[in-house]
Amino acid sequence: MNIVVALKQVPDLQQIRIRNRQPVFDDVPLTLGNIDKNALEAAVVIKEAQGGKVIALSAGDENIEDTIKEALAAGADEAYLVIDDQLKDAESSVAAQVLAAAIKNIEDVDLILLGEGSADNYSGQVGSRVAELLGLPQVAYASSIEVNGTTATVTRSLEDCHEVVEVSLPAVITVLSDINEARIPSVTQILKAGKKPKEVVELDDLDVELPDQSPVKTISNLAPDSQRKKVVVKSVDELIQALMTEGVIRR
Amino acid sequence: MATVLIYSDKINMALELLTAAREIGAAAIKAVTINDSQAAQELANAGAEVYNIDADVNLADAAVAASALAQAAEQLQADIILLSSNRRCKEYAGRLAQIIGAGCLTDVTALQVNGGQIECQRNALGGATVATQTVTAARQVIAIRPRTYEAAAAGSGGSVNNLQVTVPPSAVKLVEVRGKEGDTVDIEAAEILVAVGQGMENKEDLPLAEELARKLGGEVACSKPLATDRKWLSEERIVGLSGKKCKPQLALLFGISGQVQFTVGIRDARVIASVNTDENASINQMSDYILTADLKDVLAELNKAL
Repeated sequence: MNIVVALKQVPDLQQIRIRNRQPVFDDVPLTLGNIDKNALEAAVVIKEAQGGKVIALSAGDENIEDTIKEALAAGADEAYLVIDDQLKDAESSVAAQVLAAAIKNIEDVDLILLGEGSADNYSGQVGSRVAELLGLPQVAYASSIEVNGTTATVTRSLEDCHEVVEVSLPAVITVLSDINEARIPSVTQILKAGKKPKEVVELDDLDVELPDQSPVKTISNLAPDSQRKKVVVKSVDELIQALMTEGVIRR
Repeated sequence: MATVLIYSDKINMALELLTAAREIGAAAIKAVTINDSQAAQELANAGAEVYNIDADVNLADAAVAASALAQAAEQLQADIILLSSNRRCKEYAGRLAQIIGAGCLTDVTALQVNGGQIECQRNALGGATVATQTVTAARQVIAIRPRTYEAAAAGSGGSVNNLQVTVPPSAVKLVEVRGKEGDTVDIEAAEILVAVGQGMENKEDLPLAEELARKLGGEVACSKPLATDRKWLSEERIVGLSGKKCKPQLALLFGISGQVQFTVGIRDARVIASVNTDENASINQMSDYILTADLKDVLAELNKAL
């Protein structure tokens, strides 16, 4: 069972500061998205039960060589990296085309896992687009995955119900963060990560043609303008008075 | 503006999309339903020109559903497709966009037309920012968050038509549908939320928050750790990036420090009041009323006074 996990390098969101409504990225470290780590963990659990290998796939600028070590430490057996400056902050459709082209170059892929959405942009499109590009079936929002030979039984958690579906493999599955708790690698695993096999390719090595212009344009990206009153009240009585004046509670 | 196709598997969300399509000034609006004559009729009653896909489409298979929607868009010559941004339709969105070669935006919280372009707002950077984006490709798929628009009311001029599509074989078999057990609370619908965070140290204090919510006719909500780590409350009550985005009239926050993962789900509240022991808690920067005090005392006093 060979499992490809597609992982996205993102800025550590906890460390982004806002100045004049603009996000400030200075000195913010790069890391793997949180839900991506759950996708990786799901892959490692399946591999431990079924054998095979877990391939960590990522596309981005040269920094991903370092970031992907997190995945190799946390149980991926090897890495496949597509590195090009154009791929930094790639739009979802571009990322999907590159990932799909890379997966075509990896032999005997039985399962492709992703997080349900990236930590930063969270568009949730890439898994669905990759599935379409590869002509594979898909299941999104998985809260459990059980592989049985040539099929997988997946629980898809929707807002109002859980759907248990059986999907034929190979397939693309995106996972929810509740599917598991991602392991924290030990020091030994972190040290070993650097020695695991890593294949680095460039865009030219892939059968992919990127659009001249991104299909989505970002006009602005600002922290919301918070127009709050910020009135400090001294007592519960004062709070009740204020909320009554606002007309939101009655005594 | 071009022809706009709307689709949601949920009738109330489809009616919201109908409003959205009207507000952006669509030249023509075509509502699609899949094997659902009841939803088709309800949309028609709201004045929509409805096309019901009369084929055995497995909604649990996004490949099949997206193919059906792509064929509908083709036949109805719609270049703009509005979907609801619930999980079901978000899963379709990327696949549909890939089939028809469209640019796609999901989780859109506001639409505005500017010089013929639809400008969409959506959260970015984990909710720290709100991005304004526009699809520049000739075809666009836009998934709009539920409750962004009012559901369209009854109207005249509607019609129900049939639409034929060829459904590809399905590789996904629906084995079982299970209801979400336990808590069926809908905090997104609540006018008043009493939200608790990690500043609440004892589970014994939780009934105080529940009592207050009851008294105010609201619901108890929480930050993620209280549901997923401590398991004091159900995941249905999580506010924030990985939970619900709420727009109550009043949000009373107890013991919530104000991480963006939480605040993104509450920042559209009309009035926010927060109670914390830390006078410098970052939540204070986005509160209308700030009380620095022990939350247990405040809850008890509020329950007594109200």
